[in-house]
Amino acid sequence: MKKEKIIQVEKLTKTFGDFTAVKGITFDVFKGEIFGFLGANGAGKTTAMKMLIGISNPTSGSAIVAGLDVATQADLVKKNIGYMSQKFSLYDDLTIKENITFFGGIYGLSRKQIKEKTQQLITKLEMQNVADNLVGSLPLGWKQKLSFSVALLHEPKIVFLDEPTGGVDPITRRQFWEMIYTQAHKGTTIFVTTHYMDEAEYCDRVSIMVDGVIEALDTPKNLKQQFNVESMNDVFLKLARNIE
Amino acid sequence: MKRFIGFVKKEFYHIFRDKRSMFILFGMPIAQIMLFGFAITNEINNVKIAVLDQSKDTETQKIIQKISNSSYFTIAQEIKTESEIESVFKKGEVKAVLVFEKDFIKHLQTQKNAKVQVITDATDPNMANTISNYITSILQNFIQEKNKNNKQAYQIQTQTQLFYNPAMKSVFTFVPGVMTVILMLVSAMMTSISITREKELGTMEVLLVSPIKPFQVIIGKVFPYIFLSVINAAVILLLGYFVFEMPIEGSLFLLAIESVLFIICALALGILISTLSDSQQTAMMISLFGLMLPVILLSGFIFPISSMPLPLQVISNIIPAKWFIIIIKAIMLKGASFSVIWKETLILVGMTLFFIVVSIKKYKIRLE
Repeated sequence: MKKEKIIQVEKLTKTFGDFTAVKGITFDVFKGEIFGFLGANGAGKTTAMKMLIGISNPTSGSAIVAGLDVATQADLVKKNIGYMSQKFSLYDDLTIKENITFFGGIYGLSRKQIKEKTQQLITKLEMQNVADNLVGSLPLGWKQKLSFSVALLHEPKIVFLDEPTGGVDPITRRQFWEMIYTQAHKGTTIFVTTHYMDEAEYCDRVSIMVDGVIEALDTPKNLKQQFNVESMNDVFLKLARNIE
Repeated sequence: MKRFIGFVKKEFYHIFRDKRSMFILFGMPIAQIMLFGFAITNEINNVKIAVLDQSKDTETQKIIQKISNSSYFTIAQEIKTESEIESVFKKGEVKAVLVFEKDFIKHLQTQKNAKVQVITDATDPNMANTISNYITSILQNFIQEKNKNNKQAYQIQTQTQLFYNPAMKSVFTFVPGVMTVILMLVSAMMTSISITREKELGTMEVLLVSPIKPFQVIIGKVFPYIFLSVINAAVILLLGYFVFEMPIEGSLFLLAIESVLFIICALALGILISTLSDSQQTAMMISLFGLMLPVILLSGFIFPISSMPLPLQVISNIIPAKWFIIIIKAIMLKGASFSVIWKETLILVGMTLFFIVVSIKKYKIRLE
């Protein structure tokens, strides 16, 4: 079976003045896979991701996301992707329902669609009792699930998750990953950055960026074999040491 | 359009659910007007003065009587010699000394010209100025009454006329001033804070990743504040008009148009500030020190620009509030039409365009 490429990145480069943050990276992401995008702070993964989600223009090279060129069709790209940042990206002073309505509206859903989606989402997350409570009053884990669901409101082909589990306890993290799996099974592509190396093990394929370059890209299993270590954490450490 | 309405609705939720915003928006204008109206005042009341009457005749007695009958002054002391004047001032209670020359009544009747000297304690120059103006008015009033009874015309030497504000009512300066400060505060500070708040919370990023365009985000955020600023301006004008009897001589329509222009100018400044700062704190500090202080100190609201040192006079030209105060004072007090204030209006328009262009440029750079 030939896998469909949903993100195609070719020699993508970003320069700020004298500093090159992303040095001509090339990789593909397939439809329906969970793609882990790893790297230390300052390795360039945030810059690379910003180009993929259409809020930063590439200096050179190209990136095709959902069949659209990020350099020339950024507006269309934005309609086809979902995004959740590490800061949860919901408004604390709005209720759950108001948040859903607002983001639904931003993505151009009709009033009827918003109503249906709100009902579905609240039932799925079992938040019927708190639907009219301010988001600020919810526990962190709930906010995060809600935030993920809101990012999926407009049924995007790809969801970009920027360190989605920062500061959350292991059990909630586990539950969150179950949501990610479920969504990936439905055919949504998940592009996720993370610090947690145990989470890297959950990904279908993982890329590791060091100093603006992708140093390794494969399944977690193959990477561990290649570097002859037990865990993804060791893979990461070995890579970082080799570079130094 | 539906997106826009949704956006504005969300913005109103933010404002109405935040006690701090609500206080700044609605508590502040009323508190400021009341403060300036009742507590901080340039008007004088029961000021203690001393009298050195070297003539002691019926006319000087009448004048002294008239002065002490007014609510402005209390005659605290009568002194006998000129050498006492300084010691009286040094004690600090007495703010002015009234000196009648010798043979006052004789000079008045024979030469039709008598002299009164008003010596004021100018350690507080505004106060001194006000006192001497008040006393001069009372004296003038006295002479007028006298001239009515006697057909002979008596002369007085000083001739001061207080145009537009004969009672020197401070309300005439503070209503335009407070309005300017509040509009600046609401428009510039509140918008810059609300935009930087989204940056700080990370929601700005989410909005930028969404299909909504950056300029739509900005307009959506700014729109509620235009609306609230207009309401604020109306509240201040109503309070000024009904509570403090501030006249509005000119066209209300012109006043409204000029106010909206100033609001847009302040909003553009707010957007500019938000592009310069990443946190709400920074935005607030820049707004307070970069905008509020100049608006209060250099716009002519509290200190007259003509009495500032030259460098400050030059600097005051780049402060939009200065031009707005000139405009609304002209409309409210002098009933000026557009032909009188077109130059100031043009300057404000120019400044507004400048701020808008710069903030669009800055905003683009940040997005890069």
